[in-house]
Amino acid sequence: MPALTRKEVEEIALLARLHLDASELDQMQGELGAILEHFAALAQVDTNDVQPMTHAVPMDLRLRPDEVAPSLSPEDALRGAPVKQDSVFVVPAIIGGNE
Amino acid sequence: MSEWLSVADTAKKIAAGELTAVRVVDTYLSRIMNHDRELGSYLAVDGEGAREAAKAIDAQRAEGKRLGPLGGVPISLKDVLVTRGLETTAASKILEGWIPPYDGTVVEKLRAAGAIVLGKVNCDEFAMGSSTENSAYKRTRNPWDTQRVPGGSSGGSSASVAAGLCAASLGTDTGGSIRQPAAFCGVVGLKPTYGRVSRWGVVAFASSLDQVGPLTRSVHDAALVLEVIAGFDPRDSTSLDVPVPPYTDALVGDVTGLKVGLPREYFEGEIDNEVKAALDKTIAALKDRGAQIVDISLPHTSLALAAYYLVAPAEASSNLARYDGIRFGKAAQGAKDLLDLYMKSRGAGFGREVKRRIMLGTYALRSGYYDAYYKKAQQVRALIKRDFDDAFGSVDVILTPTTPTPAFRFGAKATPMDMYLGDVFTLSCNLAGLPGISVPCGLTSDGLPIGAQLLGKPLDEATVLRVGHVIESLVGLRDQRPKAVS
Amino acid sequence: MTELAQLLETWEPVIGLEVHVQLNTKSKLFSPSAVQFGAPPNSLTDPLVLGMPGTLPVFNRQALELALRLGVATESKIRAKSRFARKQYFYPDLPKGYQISQYDEPLCEDGRLDIIVGGAVKRIKLERIHIEEDAGKNTHVGQFSHVDLNRAGVPLVEVVTAPELTSAEEAAEFMRSLHRLVRWLEISEGDMEKGQMRCDANVSVRIRGEERLGTRTELKNINSFRFVQNAVEHEIARQVRIVDGGGRITRETRLWDADLGSSATMRSKEEANDYRYFPDPDLPPLVVDGGMMGTILRTLPELPAARFTRYIEQHGVSPDDARTLISDRALAEYFDVTCKLHPGERSGRTIANWMLTELLGALNAEGKDISQSPMQPATLSELIRLVEDGTISGKIGKEIFEESYKTGEAPTKIVERRGVQQISDEAALWEIVDRVVTANPKQATEYANGKDGLFGFFVGQVMKQTQGRANPVVTSDLLHKRLGR
Repeated sequence: MPALTRKEVEEIALLARLHLDASELDQMQGELGAILEHFAALAQVDTNDVQPMTHAVPMDLRLRPDEVAPSLSPEDALRGAPVKQDSVFVVPAIIGGNE
Repeated sequence: MSEWLSVADTAKKIAAGELTAVRVVDTYLSRIMNHDRELGSYLAVDGEGAREAAKAIDAQRAEGKRLGPLGGVPISLKDVLVTRGLETTAASKILEGWIPPYDGTVVEKLRAAGAIVLGKVNCDEFAMGSSTENSAYKRTRNPWDTQRVPGGSSGGSSASVAAGLCAASLGTDTGGSIRQPAAFCGVVGLKPTYGRVSRWGVVAFASSLDQVGPLTRSVHDAALVLEVIAGFDPRDSTSLDVPVPPYTDALVGDVTGLKVGLPREYFEGEIDNEVKAALDKTIAALKDRGAQIVDISLPHTSLALAAYYLVAPAEASSNLARYDGIRFGKAAQGAKDLLDLYMKSRGAGFGREVKRRIMLGTYALRSGYYDAYYKKAQQVRALIKRDFDDAFGSVDVILTPTTPTPAFRFGAKATPMDMYLGDVFTLSCNLAGLPGISVPCGLTSDGLPIGAQLLGKPLDEATVLRVGHVIESLVGLRDQRPKAVS
Repeated sequence: MTELAQLLETWEPVIGLEVHVQLNTKSKLFSPSAVQFGAPPNSLTDPLVLGMPGTLPVFNRQALELALRLGVATESKIRAKSRFARKQYFYPDLPKGYQISQYDEPLCEDGRLDIIVGGAVKRIKLERIHIEEDAGKNTHVGQFSHVDLNRAGVPLVEVVTAPELTSAEEAAEFMRSLHRLVRWLEISEGDMEKGQMRCDANVSVRIRGEERLGTRTELKNINSFRFVQNAVEHEIARQVRIVDGGGRITRETRLWDADLGSSATMRSKEEANDYRYFPDPDLPPLVVDGGMMGTILRTLPELPAARFTRYIEQHGVSPDDARTLISDRALAEYFDVTCKLHPGERSGRTIANWMLTELLGALNAEGKDISQSPMQPATLSELIRLVEDGTISGKIGKEIFEESYKTGEAPTKIVERRGVQQISDEAALWEIVDRVVTANPKQATEYANGKDGLFGFFVGQVMKQTQGRANPVVTSDLLHKRLGR
């Protein structure tokens, strides 16, 4: 597997929405590189026909009856919000559209 | 001296009127006052709440009402367990000041059984770490040697239990975070089968690996607490709908004819000599008591570390996306736009190890990398699970060291990889979803505790406890107490 | 021919739609907080909806049943085991930082939806239908955006068509057909104004006859039937003009602005998100059991497109009328019940006429829909019978309809009470005809001399004498006889 580039580290940090300063980026590049090196062993394992194990214990999804429970009051919902106004959360303006 | 009483005896004496719950709580609170300044196990002590709860228990008794199985027993909770009205931070700055509007299922169950919450204890930030050094708030010291780490991530739990600052504690275990600190602090730590204990109200680290379990001063205590917290929960889609057996009944004190497997991969690598010697002594003692010792192989063991450090960070990178400084927790000041708000809130709110794992997990899940990393890791995980299935065809329980070394000094692990390598013996249990326990099996010449790990078949906590109970009686620490508090 | 129409002789538009439909449940997809339109901001949340630490999703059974109903109705392949995946991106209306959706193992695949284009049925392939949760709502206010999470976690299905629609009209028609179907199956109210149905369109153009698809753009934020047509039309025109001028289409996401009637770039492919999908570890695989499938198959109603064909072929209803009848399931049910009460070779056509002109006319005037009709199918059938067997004339029939609609009195009763039975008795009518002709000799002579227009005058006189009750056919016969031609 190719070594991790500085640009890749920056891209991942952006994707993960983590501000890292220059020294953190440097350090991250080195540390992640070392860890990924250790993972190279995985590539050697023959996993053809092996179903990925996504859950520790095999089970089927349980279904919940369509019943309503009381909601939090808007006050409780917003209690911990760093920035709020009346009963909405407030964030810097969103430029562009929705997802 | 109620602080060293077992969970069962504490409950029994309170129920019998020999002790009041208030007296027990006050004893623990004053011990916390005396010792925790040095040890740093608690992030928040809820003295008022604990005394209120204790009064209620005493009032119940006075009214002639039957107390629950943990009536009046003071416990500490790892700070990743969500507590209504009690700040829950996961030892992270990003959650500073978060007062949850609800109780997690295990907390509800403990309260319903009469347990009293003394407070929230320290851990590695978001349970990521093996030394509790990653807490954003404070350093927790090992009561056996305060220059050493208590283990992690449930280091506040192990330290508070070992030092008699609570009767028992709940921790979480994603890759060894209950068993490893239990081993380092000379206490019992049990990680139940995945799905045995509800995850509702547990701040998620890696959803397919996380389990809540007890840290206690005895195997019997662990069995008792597990009985209370285990069981089906409709609020957790991965909770197992199977009955909970009376675990204390499994502690029969006998291992005759039981097949105990020794996986050679766990004894071949770099293991501290004194750890190895303690394990050898444990094996000999079990054999002496009629257990059948069987050499087995878990061939994919060497891959567990890589599989784990892909799966866990991948899930963590997703689970931690919700910390954005919008609905709760801390937001960066003066963000110039939305992207800036995200970047700065998360950049400043998370500590170094958490950021590292988010980066690693994000890397592994990127489009084009998914198959080579995340999917591959989940396939290897399936192979590791298969190893255990095969092994359990011929043995009842598996015995290994919990850790390759006893507790290390602060700052001893120079690189992340050094730290990760210390988890080699505990990771597979989580990957395979098995129950596992760490039981003290002796002290080093420096007086540091050593832990023996037992791994069981899925849902067979009973056998793990049964064997652990025998080990405890044969080679356990008995009444030896940590230096810092004796 | 317009310039655009000319260009479209060469260039063929290809459109695929991704339609989000809100499932009609009481509670959210993964938690028990209520689903409701128009509630005060952030009043429909709970710790899970807010994405609080420690919360876990538990799947709503009703959402599965509704999604399966749609899957079965569209003849989709239903996966016995499907999976929920996390679609990850940061956005203030997305509390967990990921949306629980389905990715490579969706619930339904390979379905089809029949739409009616120009009186004929066209079959549109559906690539997939999957279940996912809705996001909250951001409202832009000056330098800030306000976030309301009431809608977060509301159950949706996303219906993805193959790129098989070839005009803006077809795209709009697909939306109408899907809208009709989800209402028909009681899966969703499908109210686009309430955001219960929303559409993204993938549009590309290629030279006619070409197999390969051109570079597509994705149009977002289309939230009315009219906008679907306008937005797609606008985008087709934009693309065709670019490619015809030798330009190239950029792969991008464009946002439709209904007020401006145009779209603008939202983000290009280079800025496209990497959603980092992976199976949600909090949710084991979704297994559809035979019992649930059996119930759905047993209770699935006959679908609109099937009824459309049946009304034309069995009942002789015109395609236009058939289309109107299937526009609403209650209307179609009314028609079917009336037909059953009223067998007869041509009766379907007659019933459709009465329903669509008299009954719908009366209902519309009051702003009511068919389910609120005061007149039941049996009453309408009784009225039509009175006209068919000649008891009353068609004209009187309409009067009786009005009265019965208003008062609820049975048509037969009204006819008896008002004495408006039609006079068909030849002897009785002959007397009147004879009297009328005798009383108007001048007109009779003029008619005899070839002034044909006067025939109506005599019919009118007979009707006047009988207060409109004379059977027009018999009257006409007798008049011809009496007047000699």
